[in-house]
Amino acid sequence: MTALKYWQAINRALHEEMARDDRVLLIGEDVAEPGGPFGASKGLLEAFGAERVRDSPISEAAIVGTALGAAMAGYRPIVEVMFLDFVTVAMDQVVNQAAKVSYMSAGNFAAPMVIRSICASGRRTGPQHSQNLEAWLAHVPGLKVVWGSTPADARGLLKAAIRDDGPVYVIESLAEWSTRGEVPDDDEIVPIGSAAVRREGDDLTLVTWGGAAPRAATAVEQMEDVGVELIDLRTISPWDRDTVLESVRKTGRLLVVHDAVVEFGVGAEIAATVAAECFDELRAPVRRLGAPYAPAPFAPQLEAAYLPQPEDIASAVLETVKTVRKAS
Amino acid sequence: MTIVHDPETGIDRNTAIDLYRSMRTIRQFETTAGDLFAAGKLPGFIHLSIGQEAVAAGVCAPLEDSDYITTTHRGHGHCLAKGGRMREMMGELFGREGGYALGRSGSMHIADNSVGILGANAIVGGGIPMAVGGALAAKLTGDGQVSVSFFGDGAAAEGVLHECLNIAALWKLPIVFVCEHNGYAEMTPVSVHLANPDVAALAAVYGIPAVKVNGNDVAAVLAASHKAVARARAGEGPSFIEARTNRWRGHFEGDPQKYRHRDELNVMSQQDPLKMWHATLTSEHGLTRDDLDLIDAEIRDRVLTSAAEAEAMAPSDPAGLTRHVYPEAAR
Repeated sequence: MTALKYWQAINRALHEEMARDDRVLLIGEDVAEPGGPFGASKGLLEAFGAERVRDSPISEAAIVGTALGAAMAGYRPIVEVMFLDFVTVAMDQVVNQAAKVSYMSAGNFAAPMVIRSICASGRRTGPQHSQNLEAWLAHVPGLKVVWGSTPADARGLLKAAIRDDGPVYVIESLAEWSTRGEVPDDDEIVPIGSAAVRREGDDLTLVTWGGAAPRAATAVEQMEDVGVELIDLRTISPWDRDTVLESVRKTGRLLVVHDAVVEFGVGAEIAATVAAECFDELRAPVRRLGAPYAPAPFAPQLEAAYLPQPEDIASAVLETVKTVRKAS
Repeated sequence: MTIVHDPETGIDRNTAIDLYRSMRTIRQFETTAGDLFAAGKLPGFIHLSIGQEAVAAGVCAPLEDSDYITTTHRGHGHCLAKGGRMREMMGELFGREGGYALGRSGSMHIADNSVGILGANAIVGGGIPMAVGGALAAKLTGDGQVSVSFFGDGAAAEGVLHECLNIAALWKLPIVFVCEHNGYAEMTPVSVHLANPDVAALAAVYGIPAVKVNGNDVAAVLAASHKAVARARAGEGPSFIEARTNRWRGHFEGDPQKYRHRDELNVMSQQDPLKMWHATLTSEHGLTRDDLDLIDAEIRDRVLTSAAEAEAMAPSDPAGLTRHVYPEAAR
């Protein structure tokens, strides 16, 4: 194990995978010469050359589609769409094209490609740089969506995404960019579709991911009297239903915490699934905690109020645990 | 067959016949598909390329199976000219288990890895970046492959075309952009949808060599394609061909075409690429009307047989409708 910052873990994954497989390419704005807008692709141009590591124009749709075409032609491109918000400009290539290649050709073509974006939620970047759009992406059949909240997971999920034969959207948290964590030294990947149980408990299942995960961990660390089972989903789609359902069957209570707006979010999918599958075991209403129905605001005090903070999460946990079911 | 080199067009007799066969196959496929649609046998929408056959045949003639194309909602002709299998195409139009995509995709999404068809596309301009990606792969692999993107004048108003022209020029990619300029973006004439109808000029501003050709003259299209493909294979970068042609049918079958003047169809029939090439074959390549009738009959039979076989295929099986959402086999 080596202690690495979050961005260094991403950088390591890129180096490792480009060295392992010369079909892996990196295309994006500022990825080659500048080494990435925040350093994640440092050293790749020097190590792998300008053919495989390419600075692109600010043409999100064209670079995602270019990566797709190269993937269909046998390469394994990684395309960086700098901020997650910017994918909206490339949505045709993501939704109509890449995600559907396998299905539309009945498996005659595959699109082994990765799209990487930073989510800058929590870094005071305003309404067009800090959206949590994972629900948009997860709603598209054929597209896998992963989001590591620790350096080890950021590396392991990115490696798994690069090796996957279909398109995988990898979201990275700018708020965690300099967080340090232990990263395995071997070639370990984090399998897509597997959640991590960060802490075991019997009273409540807390499901979270991405930028909200570290705040949820902080909230739970301070709670000694309540047995919270903390699950970091890691893969948004396809999500690890088994781990979540098994946990809720044990605890009887579910709280989903995410940074995206609550309405029509991924939390709703998890809540509905748990409500349907664990009806008999539930001891309290399923609860969701996320951002209010508003664009992500800029000012520090507004953004702090917008995102679920540890104290908000702790309150939601306590309220849910205190719920007493009336006898029917 | 003796190879007769014609100094005028530079096209030998075999090539001349191949071009005719290619165009006739497209015309017959589209005519039959139109008949089947009118008979209520094909679900959904279909978009026919009758009148535009010379572009598909001429551009694809210099291409190998290992070269890539992307095409559009009006892409049957390009797929046939690139070597797509007619039976599986028909099967897909019918929505059958034996169709190219097991009936998942329909007329607008024919794709075939074995002959480099990266896909037809139902999003205007949507296939262009994929062709750029095919060209990037070709450049990295270094085997002299070429990528061709077909799109219409409608796509000239899509931003992604400009992004792709810029990238192809910057990266000197082996790609040929082919604009089939048929004068309509769906139901809207070019006077309403393009400030500058000179589409080739758009490529020129990116420093990409661009030519405008009579897209109804298969020899002219072939000459332009030949040059562009050779340039790409030689590593000299992208080219752009604007082929002016005619869309004889509506945007889709069943389009009442109220936006069109009757005279247009009369003009178009005088510019019929098949009639024009038929005349060249008889006057310059020594073929007789009977020779060509025989070819026509053979192709008609082949298309009708494919259609009948497709119609007889099992309907797509709902039990398998979630298969292939993710790729199944490791590559």
